[in-house]
Amino acid sequence: MYEIVARQDLSETTYLLEVAHPQLARAARPGQFVIVLSHEQGERIPLTIADFDGERGTVTLVIQAVGKSTKEMQQLCQVGRSLLAVVGPMGLPTAVNDVRKVVCVGGGLGVAPVFPQLRAHKNNGAYTIGVIGFRNRDLMFWKDKFARYCDDLIICTNDGSEGIAGLVTDGLAAAMKEHDDIDEVIAIGPPIMMKLCAEATRPRSIKTTVSLNPIMVDGTGMCGGCRVSVGGEMKFACVDGPDFDGHDVNFEELINRLRRFDSDEREAMDRWSEQCRLMNDG
Amino acid sequence: MSVKTIRTIPQERTPIPEQQPEVRVANFDEVALGYSTEDALLESERCLICPDPKCIAGCPVQINIPGFIERIHEKDFRGAYDVLTESNLMPAICGRVCPQEEQCEEVCTVGDTLEAVAVGRLERWIGDLAIREGWSNVPYIERNPFKIGIVGSGPAGIACAADLARAGCDVTMYEAFHRPGGVLRYGIPEFRLPNPVIDAEMENLTRLGVKIECNTLVGRLFTLEQMVDEMGFDAVFIGTGAGYPKFMGIPGESLNGVLSANELLTRCNLMGAGDFPNADTPLHLGKRVAVIGSGNTAMDAMRVSKRLGAEKVHCLYRRSRNESPARLEELQHAEEEGIDFHWLTAPVEILGDDDGNVRAVRNIRMELGEPDSSGRRRPVPVEGSEYEFEADMVVYAIGTNANPIMGQTSKIALNKWGYIETDDRLATSLAGVYAGGDIVTGGATVILAMGAGRKAARSIKQYLGIVDTESVYDLDETERGTRRFGIDAGQKNFVRMRFPASQPNGPRS
Repeated sequence: MYEIVARQDLSETTYLLEVAHPQLARAARPGQFVIVLSHEQGERIPLTIADFDGERGTVTLVIQAVGKSTKEMQQLCQVGRSLLAVVGPMGLPTAVNDVRKVVCVGGGLGVAPVFPQLRAHKNNGAYTIGVIGFRNRDLMFWKDKFARYCDDLIICTNDGSEGIAGLVTDGLAAAMKEHDDIDEVIAIGPPIMMKLCAEATRPRSIKTTVSLNPIMVDGTGMCGGCRVSVGGEMKFACVDGPDFDGHDVNFEELINRLRRFDSDEREAMDRWSEQCRLMNDG
Repeated sequence: MSVKTIRTIPQERTPIPEQQPEVRVANFDEVALGYSTEDALLESERCLICPDPKCIAGCPVQINIPGFIERIHEKDFRGAYDVLTESNLMPAICGRVCPQEEQCEEVCTVGDTLEAVAVGRLERWIGDLAIREGWSNVPYIERNPFKIGIVGSGPAGIACAADLARAGCDVTMYEAFHRPGGVLRYGIPEFRLPNPVIDAEMENLTRLGVKIECNTLVGRLFTLEQMVDEMGFDAVFIGTGAGYPKFMGIPGESLNGVLSANELLTRCNLMGAGDFPNADTPLHLGKRVAVIGSGNTAMDAMRVSKRLGAEKVHCLYRRSRNESPARLEELQHAEEEGIDFHWLTAPVEILGDDDGNVRAVRNIRMELGEPDSSGRRRPVPVEGSEYEFEADMVVYAIGTNANPIMGQTSKIALNKWGYIETDDRLATSLAGVYAGGDIVTGGATVILAMGAGRKAARSIKQYLGIVDTESVYDLDETERGTRRFGIDAGQKNFVRMRFPASQPNGPRS
């Protein structure tokens, strides 16, 4: 059992959990992910590690309540409670060497997992540009945390309530206009956002790394559910990734495969909402 | 007792009661119900107790087969269990899943003339009886100072852990999943191997003092090198299994509805997807399921699909029934359950609908040509024979490639296919690290993995300078039961050890 030692509600649907796991906190590297399982009947959920602290012995996960499992976790995962399983770190760590100027783009939930990569590049001496996007100012989190590790920080909100009005692709465009010596762009967020970032950098052939989070079960290469097409080859995101060259990823296929259990997820969600309603009425 | 001969023993192999096909396709209860005491006694009469038994050598873990069957015949059932557990901690599991027909039963002397003695069924019967009676053989264990790490809690790891724990080592077994058992748990369905049987026999392992740590991905949480250099393990055994499912590279494999048998079975067996939405893990089973491959995993995937309500389940295999790698018993069970076999058929394309879901499979018929490197006749496509059938789920059960994690995270030497390289003692290129099972050989069987685990345990004992008591078990009948140093020499329960002159994790020589 893995105890939740801190929790922060970043918005109505986004919550942060800090989980005690000293061994994992020491082993984790930027770009890696964990699989969590909240209870015996639960499902194994892959989550990119948003932060890790070897001294405190904790890993930080930022979770968006989108389906039955993550909404249920939002209710259950209070400080002092425990998760049944937290296993990792999984996947190949991000390579951080030899990059002099890097743009780290985080859209929505991608803001959290891009942070360890930003910090690693900064600590490695790179010039770091952060581009983070939210729908509006109320949903914004970790501004100060990013500012601490960014030489430039561009915040984008859809409604312009903070930073520039627009999407992270607009922020990325601004950064690319300002800097003609970008070595690498790291983009993490919804697949469509990562695809648009990759398209934005393609004309200038800027190396663009994306972190994929497809559906998986074990996270150890055993089930093959997370297979993605990269440069026309089949790869398993859990052991061959999760980082891939964004210019080579077949995003249409990824987006389609993420819809694989849509109807089941709706069914589980409806049933759970109904149960919650009955419990509240009772 | 009168001497048994081939003419005096019961001529017919005692049948095992089974659930009827039309009943069992609607449940996950066991198909083969197991012998009654009468069945077991009758079948035990058929063993000739050969003076030079070939069956023992036919068993990957060298169970004293005539020994335990003779005990059954004498109605000394506990004695039979004791004989079995000298070599195998898990008779209820092995009695169910071993391919006895190509091991002990294949070389059975009775089998030369009549049907072979049903060794597997008798082994299972004793194993089940032990579980019911609560028997377990926890021997006297004299502790030694050696600490052993086992990577993977599947059959290879279990067998290795058991032998080393019995030799007195402090054994910790690591599992990446949240429940132990490896392929026994996630791979083999309940109707062939019920979870309570796995639980009961795994319990024997913890009784021997083996510590099981789940949710631990070795390689990534800590490396093999860290285990040996920093964590104080004197030796490590890797039994992670092969686990990286193969696909064919034909068009349409990324459509929704295409998955590996590993994924289907894990979702059902480990995660309870058959009980969705009571369990949170979905499967989204198709109505018309096509399974590619004809091995035991394919049979399991098809029969699980059938039980979960698939209306039509097809099996596509490019060779003929004769070449099918599945156990005959599994194949027959699948046939009885109404699986639609397409022999000499290979898929060439998976066709999708506008939403990116599978809608059909296009196949080509094959014929058998000249023998290939495996000695089997090579299937050759028949030109112009392509045809389609409707399917909304396609399951790949054509084997696995090597899992890359150990190679990615350590300097351990791999062969050109990515499997871990070992010498004939199962030692790897890292001092003190041994490996066995599918991660060395590629996909095989539970019992071969157990055999490899035991072999590695012997090598590790040699490496650490533990004087093995193996010789004690090889004593002939007249010496059996004599007491040495106050301990029954017939029991595998005592180890004399010496402390090696050099450090245990020093260089092998």
